[in-house]
Amino acid sequence: MKKKIQGRAFVLGKNIDTDQIIPAEHLVYSLSDPEESKNYGKFALSGVPGKDSGLPKGNIPFVEDGQYRSQFNIIIGGSNFGCGSSREHAPACMEIAGVQAVVAESYARIFYRNSIDGGFFIPLEAKQKLTEEIQTGDEITIDLQTYTLTNETQKKTYSLNSLGDVIDIIEAGNIFEYARKSGLIPS
Amino acid sequence: MGMTITEKILANHAGKTSVAPGDNVWVDVDVLMTHDVCGPGTIDIFKKQFGQNAKVWDPEKVVILPDHFIFTADPHANRNIEIIRAFAKEQKLPYYYDVGTENYKGVCHIALAQEGHNRPGEVLFGTDSHTCTSGAFGMFSTGIGNTDAAFILGTGKLWVKVPEAMRFEWTGTFPPYIMAKDILLHVIGDIGCDGATYRTMEWAGDAVYRFSMEERMTLCNMAIEAGGKNAVIEADDTTFDYLKGRTDKQGTVHHSDADAKYCFNKTYKADELEPVVAKPHSPDNRALARECKDVKLDRSYIGSCTGGKITDFIAAAEILNGEKVKIDTYIVPATVDVEQDLHKETIDGKTLAQIFEDAGARIGEPSCAACLGGPKDTFGRTHGTEVVISTTNRNFPGRMGSKEAAVYLASPYTAAASALTGFVTDPREFIPARV
Repeated sequence: MKKKIQGRAFVLGKNIDTDQIIPAEHLVYSLSDPEESKNYGKFALSGVPGKDSGLPKGNIPFVEDGQYRSQFNIIIGGSNFGCGSSREHAPACMEIAGVQAVVAESYARIFYRNSIDGGFFIPLEAKQKLTEEIQTGDEITIDLQTYTLTNETQKKTYSLNSLGDVIDIIEAGNIFEYARKSGLIPS
Repeated sequence: MGMTITEKILANHAGKTSVAPGDNVWVDVDVLMTHDVCGPGTIDIFKKQFGQNAKVWDPEKVVILPDHFIFTADPHANRNIEIIRAFAKEQKLPYYYDVGTENYKGVCHIALAQEGHNRPGEVLFGTDSHTCTSGAFGMFSTGIGNTDAAFILGTGKLWVKVPEAMRFEWTGTFPPYIMAKDILLHVIGDIGCDGATYRTMEWAGDAVYRFSMEERMTLCNMAIEAGGKNAVIEADDTTFDYLKGRTDKQGTVHHSDADAKYCFNKTYKADELEPVVAKPHSPDNRALARECKDVKLDRSYIGSCTGGKITDFIAAAEILNGEKVKIDTYIVPATVDVEQDLHKETIDGKTLAQIFEDAGARIGEPSCAACLGGPKDTFGRTHGTEVVISTTNRNFPGRMGSKEAAVYLASPYTAAASALTGFVTDPREFIPARV
């Protein structure tokens, strides 16, 4: 597991549900075919209404037209991030677009679990409303040893909740590697 | 310390005498369900992790129900059905309900019940967030992603964190114009769409126990819209009457102990509830139907795992009988069985199908259809700025297709009454005497 994640923030509001993360009409593409799966990056967060996309200004596309990678690799979200469907295409599309970490006030259960068990990115919990502190485009450093987030643009540091007992799965890489390490399935 | 139904089922499947909220336990899985949207990804991960020639842990325990993107020309969607079909053949799965054959069923959560895969006391995981519906049978059921499903395919096990439990008791008698959907929208309005996150929603009380299995399924179906991990209703005679002829397995009935611990325990008076809607764009944006009477609608949609069961259509038909709809009205039976029942159930000597056709509604084929938008050619999908009243489960932006559309969630009674006026309408305006 990386000890530090650095990059640019993309800020969203609360209740960002899985239909906003990846609208259902796009759930038809293969997740394993390297070329076809780029469609997931292309449409990542495309269901977020314009005014809510890239706060506080809004109307900032997460992925530019014709691209499948985003210039933003850290998502800052409000409460109940990832609510809705169990579709693993949601965390997968964010990873394909280049997301390495999400920092939200809270998560919907299945999305959080999928992010960790599938090893897509690290879902972290903020202790305060970072959506009101951080602006889309700010340069961010997340330190996973001290559980702090530094906004390099605004020169401010915030503490984050620790990952708790799911850190073992994150460090292993995903639930399969964790199960192999623990002897639950043969390696 | 006593335990809840959910804790007892999880302890039993983890080989333990007791568990407590917060415990992480590995449980043995009785049924894994997947469908056309998440099946292909699950199969890919299963093969990558366990080998190209790997066999599923127990073919009798895998149920595959294509239901999401069925009646579409989308080539990728159709390719995905070929993937699950080939997997079912390769693994010799007895419970694959193929599209285009007489085995096709329709929406997975309702088909699971109809085909006898929901049994009290069992543990069922599904690659769909509304898998919580099966909790109506006194079992543990919850939604998971492809990775977890692939893990189960290979091992028959999965880790779960034992949830805290919330108890919702309804005493008294629901008025005849109230449906399970109203109760749910009322409660989600109470606790918010993350009010049950990581928790069990346990439904109890005489008013709940008088419900049919279909209405109990509606109650459990939308636990996920409150963030819930699972929902549960104790199994009773109603449960076993439904199961007769559907399964030979007995199941195990669990009761919550009197001293079981709940993090939330509230008693509601059934008699006081009025028809409820959830306004755009969140299932917890609660209002009374009568408070929204000035909202002009373009469409009424009655269907899905939440609102596309036979009891939902009987309710809608009671209101539409002999009337004409004023807006586009879509009827989508959840399953083939429900579709057939539309031609068998009668009111005043007319079949429900006849009532809907006479009223000017359009009847679609059994599937998830426009509940989740889907491919562009999906029946009932929104494409613009439509204002829709719908018996489905979610109204976040874009859920039914178009980001610009606005969706009001409501009961089948309310959706049908609104179809007749073109405005959000309290169903009491149409059924004071009859219902």
